[in-house]
Amino acid sequence: MPWLESAAFAILIPVGAAHDPEGRQGLGNFVGDMVQRGSGARESRQFVESLERLGVDRSSSVSLTHSSYSAATLASNLFPALSLYADLVRRPLFPGDQLEESRLVCCQEIRAAEDDLVQRTLEKVRQLQYPAPWGRPAYGEWDHVQSITLDDVQTHFADTYGPDEAIISVAGKLEWEALRDHVESLFGDWKPQTRLLVQETSTSEDHVHVPHESNQTHIAVAYPSVPYRNEDYYQARASVGVLSDGMSSRLFTEVREKQGLCYTIYASLNTLRDQGCVLCYSATSTDRAQQTLDTTLAELVRLREGIQESELDRLKARIKSSLIMQQESSASRAVSMAIDWYHLEAIRSLEEVSTKVNALTAESISEFLRRCPPGDFKVASLGAQPLEVSV
Amino acid sequence: MKFRTHQLANGLQIVAECNEHAYSTAVAFFVNTGSRDESADVAGVSHFLEHMVFKGTPRRSAADVNRELDELGSHSNAYTTEEQTVYYATVLPEYQDQVVDLLADIMRPSLREDDFDSEKKVIIEEIYKYDDQPPFGAAEKCMEAYFGRHALGNNVLGTVDSVGKMTPAGMRDYFQARYSPGNMSLVACGNVDFEALIAAAERHCGSWTRFDTHRDTTRATPVLGSERIERIVATQEYAVQISAGPEATDPIRFAVRLLSYVLGDEGGSRLYWALVDPGLAEYAGSSAHEFDGDGIMMTYLCCSPVDAMANLAIIRDIQQDLDRNGVTEEELELAKSKVCSQLVRRSERPSNRLFSVGANWLSRQEFRSVKDSIEAYQAVTCEDVRTVLERFPLSSTMTVSVGPPPVT
Repeated sequence: MPWLESAAFAILIPVGAAHDPEGRQGLGNFVGDMVQRGSGARESRQFVESLERLGVDRSSSVSLTHSSYSAATLASNLFPALSLYADLVRRPLFPGDQLEESRLVCCQEIRAAEDDLVQRTLEKVRQLQYPAPWGRPAYGEWDHVQSITLDDVQTHFADTYGPDEAIISVAGKLEWEALRDHVESLFGDWKPQTRLLVQETSTSEDHVHVPHESNQTHIAVAYPSVPYRNEDYYQARASVGVLSDGMSSRLFTEVREKQGLCYTIYASLNTLRDQGCVLCYSATSTDRAQQTLDTTLAELVRLREGIQESELDRLKARIKSSLIMQQESSASRAVSMAIDWYHLEAIRSLEEVSTKVNALTAESISEFLRRCPPGDFKVASLGAQPLEVSV
Repeated sequence: MKFRTHQLANGLQIVAECNEHAYSTAVAFFVNTGSRDESADVAGVSHFLEHMVFKGTPRRSAADVNRELDELGSHSNAYTTEEQTVYYATVLPEYQDQVVDLLADIMRPSLREDDFDSEKKVIIEEIYKYDDQPPFGAAEKCMEAYFGRHALGNNVLGTVDSVGKMTPAGMRDYFQARYSPGNMSLVACGNVDFEALIAAAERHCGSWTRFDTHRDTTRATPVLGSERIERIVATQEYAVQISAGPEATDPIRFAVRLLSYVLGDEGGSRLYWALVDPGLAEYAGSSAHEFDGDGIMMTYLCCSPVDAMANLAIIRDIQQDLDRNGVTEEELELAKSKVCSQLVRRSERPSNRLFSVGANWLSRQEFRSVKDSIEAYQAVTCEDVRTVLERFPLSSTMTVSVGPPPVT
């Protein structure tokens, strides 16, 4: 992306909350905090200040499948920033005197999540939709986090951080050969770790309600769809777009614009490597929550009848401009390339995506919806009163 | 990169930062109006009106507006603050004319009664939403407490009661008093055809009638002290502090921005190392905000309720130390490298750049390129920061915290 002044990268280590050992839920997240407390020749504060001197904007997260570390900076500072991150993922110091501080950070996250009603509701519906551990929150269980030891942290790191299936994605103003050589020198001698397996266990519940004295009732609905790697992905993605992309989409129009039932409503296609689902979320006053759920479900059921050509045209216009605008940000491109590589072991160029989107027709999407009709709905709610699920 | 301006006969100002290499074109109407321009009987009208603007015009129904915005593939939205209401859309350059036509048309909305009644319910849900989520209105409550009777303490959303009682006639009166072309700017960034922009503005906005608008910009007399609000369902404690800061036109604002990074940047700052890194707080940070005639520094804290008092004492020590001793050379240099790197990266997207160019124009009638801003930050010295702290001590605060009832 030579037209930019910036460069950004994302490093994805293939270990996440789904790999937390029995009785240690939250360990991956704990390790994710501890690796940032100094590495290589630098103690915690020196490390952060070295990044700040390079003008690096950094972020990190632990998802179900990955521990991700990403950074964006001016293009001229890309290599030194990468060197610092090589220390972080390969040579953390794990200072024992900061273990308790790290534990407190993890506990703060768990407490703060209690107040986040949107995430709590979405988490519940994911737990209904996906077999365990795919609905698990990354921050883990309070009691488990209390019992994590320094040895747990060091062992988990040694077992799980390594180059096998790790991804380093870089975008921005850069020269490929020089970058390749630099990354080779930083990571070339990294010893592979053992591969991790995930045991799945299914749940049979369809609905759940969490009583909570809030003004609004939070509603989440999920139904099965296809993952990113599936050949029908773009059909599925477009069908969700008809529901939720833009201000003329069906959910926004029918639930918010015509009936004024809510402020927030959306649907998105959620994808794991081998399974996917559609997640819808809305929130409204307790006395209107039932009507909101009923109207939402009715719209999901109506989608089985297919979509209109005009809906697809609008969607294509939005996708086209999004794709072009992706070229304006090295940080967003670096992350989307990393995600592509995880799901496909390949990067879809913007041209390829464009070709796939152009090939969509109202008929191809309607045909997909006949084969995979929205149904088998899972519903989670959080609020003052439980809801009836009529479908 | 070229900066261009033009003014229509009715006072509408057109400003653009044109970059022929950009992939997109970002366009917005900035209206110099917000909650500080409201009387108590219409609290929340600026924000409610922002929603109603999308509900159609004599030429377009609400559904037409939504549909056309999507047909252009636009990424569009609007927001309301204490003193600005902004309507924006980013499109591919080929749609510039169409998006200006649409945005200009909706700036003269019909404000139909049935749309008004239905949208009122949406606004009330928005108020409930923010009331249910962290920090449970702590920032708004702190603004109210700090500004006392001054209009900058007005809540942007209003209340369930004030919005509930609002009438289309009340909204029309407000519109007639505030949406004068002389009180608005059309701002564009990215791949902009400026001649075409002027022509489109002339076509769609040239007939708007100008009238006088007025805003009281007297500086507030701050109210200092502390308050606590109980929320039965809260788990964490959320505290917000406000101290005084310079107004939007004051050149020391660059030093203030750097000071806010030293005090409370979320990636590394005095608050970060004292509270977040050791796990004493989930979040602690600060940010500077400048207004027409006034300004504030805001500090935020989220932590376990039992630690709140001790954490606030730590914050007070940090503030007092800065007030007495200022910042170190090294802290200032780190802050500069962060601010400048962020500036360059954020400006790569026309849709981000739009807000800097527009806000700058609205509050100061000036244009600053990214390079100008970087130079202004680089020129700040520790002595400048000391001057800031003498005029606006960080430790003179209003504190409002929201959290659960004490455990007995």
